[in-house]
Amino acid sequence: MSSRDMVILSYRVNPEDFAKAGDASSNTKKVLKKLGIPSDITRRVAIVTYEAEINITIHSNGGEIIVSIDKAKIEIIARDYGPGIPDIDRAMEKGYSTASDHVREMGFGAGMGLPNMKRCSDEFQIESQKGKGTTVTSTIYIHD
Amino acid sequence: MYLYEIRDILDAEVIAGMSRMDREVDFAFGADLMSDVLAFVNERTVLLTGLTNPQVIRTAEMMDIAAIIYVRGKRPDTASLELAEENGMTIMCTPYTLYTTSGILYNAGLKGIDELGVVT
Ligand SMILES: Nc1ncnc2c1ncn2[C@@H]1O[C@H](COP(=O)(O)OP(=O)(O)OP(=O)(O)O)[C@@H](O)[C@H]1O
Ligand SMILES: [Mg+2]
Repeated sequence: MSSRDMVILSYRVNPEDFAKAGDASSNTKKVLKKLGIPSDITRRVAIVTYEAEINITIHSNGGEIIVSIDKAKIEIIARDYGPGIPDIDRAMEKGYSTASDHVREMGFGAGMGLPNMKRCSDEFQIESQKGKGTTVTSTIYIHD
Repeated sequence: MYLYEIRDILDAEVIAGMSRMDREVDFAFGADLMSDVLAFVNERTVLLTGLTNPQVIRTAEMMDIAAIIYVRGKRPDTASLELAEENGMTIMCTPYTLYTTSGILYNAGLKGIDELGVVT
């Protein structure tokens, strides 16, 4: 990548579409590999996008994931159209989950998704408005 | 430990990635919740699970996990198998339960992730 180049990937994520959940993250990972991003960075981005994709699929009315890659950093924005997170501090606690039994049977609901995303990010932010939606922003810096 | 050694001690059937049994792993991790996998494993880990849907393969793909072992006679669904082939993963099925499978592998020298000090 030359210093001025920027790659932007954008994916729509549908609610409860478990057949497609993971496609956005899988594609993002392949693109990062092709761009020659270091594998530890690629894995951190993969974890953040995958957890975000699953959260939008499970917990929201649908949304989108936008991944922007430039020379210095990768920014992941996961945005959905509601219902919002009533208590963000609570949601960030390890082990806290409102996932239904049905979702747990599919392998989700450990309450580790948001903590995982934070751990893998250099900068991490959640904004949420009841009824309107949630936006999670993660920034990961690329080292040489 | 090599994947072919794991196959032998677990009496496992290999249903994907048979040509790549000469890969080596150092750790094993058993889980039916995917975020636990995303929290703890590295690419030198073999995943033990009883969960048969494609999200298991997606999770393994994110973590560069080379091999998945389905326990207590479970088999992944067709969509999972296709995804596994696409990603060059090895898939094995063992008749043993998760506990027994873990015990056999641990006895044979495969370590738990705890020994990396990542589990908090
Ligand atoms: N996009 C979202 N919209 C609404 N609620 C959300 C959203 N993301 C997370 N939450 C809430 O925050 C809780 C914690 O999320 P987190 O990702 O940490 O765990 P989980 O999704 O329940 O389980 P896991 O990620 O381990 O499979 C969720 O159970 C849910 O109540
Ligand atoms: Mg989650």
